[in-house]
Amino acid sequence: METILAITVGAFFAASIYLMLSRKLVRVLMGIAILGNAVNLLIFTSGRLLREVPPIIPAHAYVPEAITANPLPQALVLTAIVISFSFFAFFLVLGYRAYQELGTDDMLEMRVAEPVNEPEPPLGY
Amino acid sequence: MAATKTGVDIAAAMITHPTAAADWLLVAPVLLCMVGGATTLILRKNVRIQPLVGISLLALLVLTNLGLFAHVWQNGVVTMVMGQWLPPFGIAFTADALGVTLALIASIVGLLAGIYAAGSIAASERRYGFYPFLFMLLCGVSGAFLTGDIFNLYVWFEVLLISSFGLLVLGNTTLQIDGALKYALLNLIGTTLFLIATGLLYGLLGTLNMADIALKSRALGDSGPLLGISALYFLAFAMKAAAFPVNFWLPASYHTPRIVVSALFAGLLTKVGVYALLRVLVLLLPAGHNWMHGLITVVAIVTMLTGVLGALAQADVRRTIGYLVISGIGSMLAGIAVGSEVALTGAIMYAVHSILAMTALFLIFGITGKDRGTFNLRELGGMYRRAPLLSAATLILLFAAVGLPPFSGFWPKVLLVDGALAAGQGWLAGTILLASILTAITVGRIWIFAFWRGGPEGIADGTQGVETGPEAMPLQVPFTAWLPLAVLIAMIFWLGLQPEGLMQLAETGAHTLLDPTAYVQSVFGVTP
Repeated sequence: METILAITVGAFFAASIYLMLSRKLVRVLMGIAILGNAVNLLIFTSGRLLREVPPIIPAHAYVPEAITANPLPQALVLTAIVISFSFFAFFLVLGYRAYQELGTDDMLEMRVAEPVNEPEPPLGY
Repeated sequence: MAATKTGVDIAAAMITHPTAAADWLLVAPVLLCMVGGATTLILRKNVRIQPLVGISLLALLVLTNLGLFAHVWQNGVVTMVMGQWLPPFGIAFTADALGVTLALIASIVGLLAGIYAAGSIAASERRYGFYPFLFMLLCGVSGAFLTGDIFNLYVWFEVLLISSFGLLVLGNTTLQIDGALKYALLNLIGTTLFLIATGLLYGLLGTLNMADIALKSRALGDSGPLLGISALYFLAFAMKAAAFPVNFWLPASYHTPRIVVSALFAGLLTKVGVYALLRVLVLLLPAGHNWMHGLITVVAIVTMLTGVLGALAQADVRRTIGYLVISGIGSMLAGIAVGSEVALTGAIMYAVHSILAMTALFLIFGITGKDRGTFNLRELGGMYRRAPLLSAATLILLFAAVGLPPFSGFWPKVLLVDGALAAGQGWLAGTILLASILTAITVGRIWIFAFWRGGPEGIADGTQGVETGPEAMPLQVPFTAWLPLAVLIAMIFWLGLQPEGLMQLAETGAHTLLDPTAYVQSVFGVTP
């Protein structure tokens, strides 16, 4: 099961890196979204997988009675999902505002902060 | 006892006694920042009271950090665990000399930025939340410096990242949106790499507690996966710290926001990356640190040189300082590359110096930039006649940035060069000195053009420059601007004249990083 998921994670990373290398902002944003999901799957897989054994300790015991699914990666993934979701929402707005302000979604043409013909510094004293 | 009945010793996993009052100091800076963020957000429409409340709470934050500092000074490394779960199960906050020193300096810089902002951030931008973002930024920075759990460190990175986005776009100009887009994308990818490495590290060691990782990684030795994870961490934190070749987001964005925001970023954000490098590579994964020693050396050398050469090539003063920040990061990386106690002490001292000096430089050029409406070196000039005191202050800061005595930049560079020579790395020591000389040329040019000469380009030297109008009047520096500058310059002077205190602190910090006994003992309560 881990092997299959590991291959899936690899495919996710490949897709997201391919998209992020694009010049178009929208594709980069899609790459960011896929990257977040790839990481979540990676954390989930690295916690080792087990089917449907909830980590519930019975009322009379202090430790689980058998091997259970690892709950910690799920907590980590939950945190990471919340963070990546909120960041993605911010990026969508930022990307749209950038498109409005700069009139382009081509990364190579976004040169307001670093103009192509930047003024030279004073060259002598 | 229930424990004996089931055969499980609960005392090994949970705290059975209440947390000592002094230990609450560990989380107090983070809690206070959250309270400050919420309070100033509630007061956002009351733009006159909001800065007063914000500045008072920031002052309280500095006092809290002083208390924590004294606590650590007396008791060594201290630990507090959350929710009664003992480490490695619960999340732990662990403060050592390195963490508290940086947290204290960060809160002081935060307070000074809060004061400066009261006079320079427009009311509309306060309404959009300058102070809440400032508090959340400090929350993330303090949390990152004090946490003892690596996933928790990631969370604090994200907290400071999202608040830095907010600060960066405050003002909503085209320039800022363009800068913020590049800053945000590349920094998010950097922290995502951090998360990937953390997931893999958890898969390998089965723990997230830093003290536990330090023990288990040392027991594991030179394992392939561990080295790969170390490389991933190095890439992630090098991106945060703006090390070459993953530093192009910094010059693209640091000159775009309000000047006080630039000052905060230049002071704090890259240093959080350096702190994480120190913590993770030196304390947690020494095998990876040794393995990448050559790579870190090369990165340090190239970062130092490209940083200062980039600074030489800029016309915009803010971009010049941005590149100087990068060059300083190279010096700190040089200390990490050498990795001896002396070199690490130098790197930690350099981080403190860089926080103070880079913040102050941005604040100074905020004053001249506001007055002249430009940051272009060709259009600045004539400041010496109009504001001699400010010019002298600038000269001190620029000398400190070069590393001349008697200012705070001198001692870290002495230690770094000393450490590099003792380790037989003459090239590295030579590069540190070469970068200092090039920095001297860069900052000398800034001072000559922006302050010393009579006026903007085109006005011959020796003439009076602009004779009439507001540009001939003495420059009025508002109280909210000169007070933070005076404090920063006094600290830079003091750290240059009396470096023993900081040196001892940095030495303790470096010693704790190299020999984790004290750190582990504080977390687990026993000698490993």
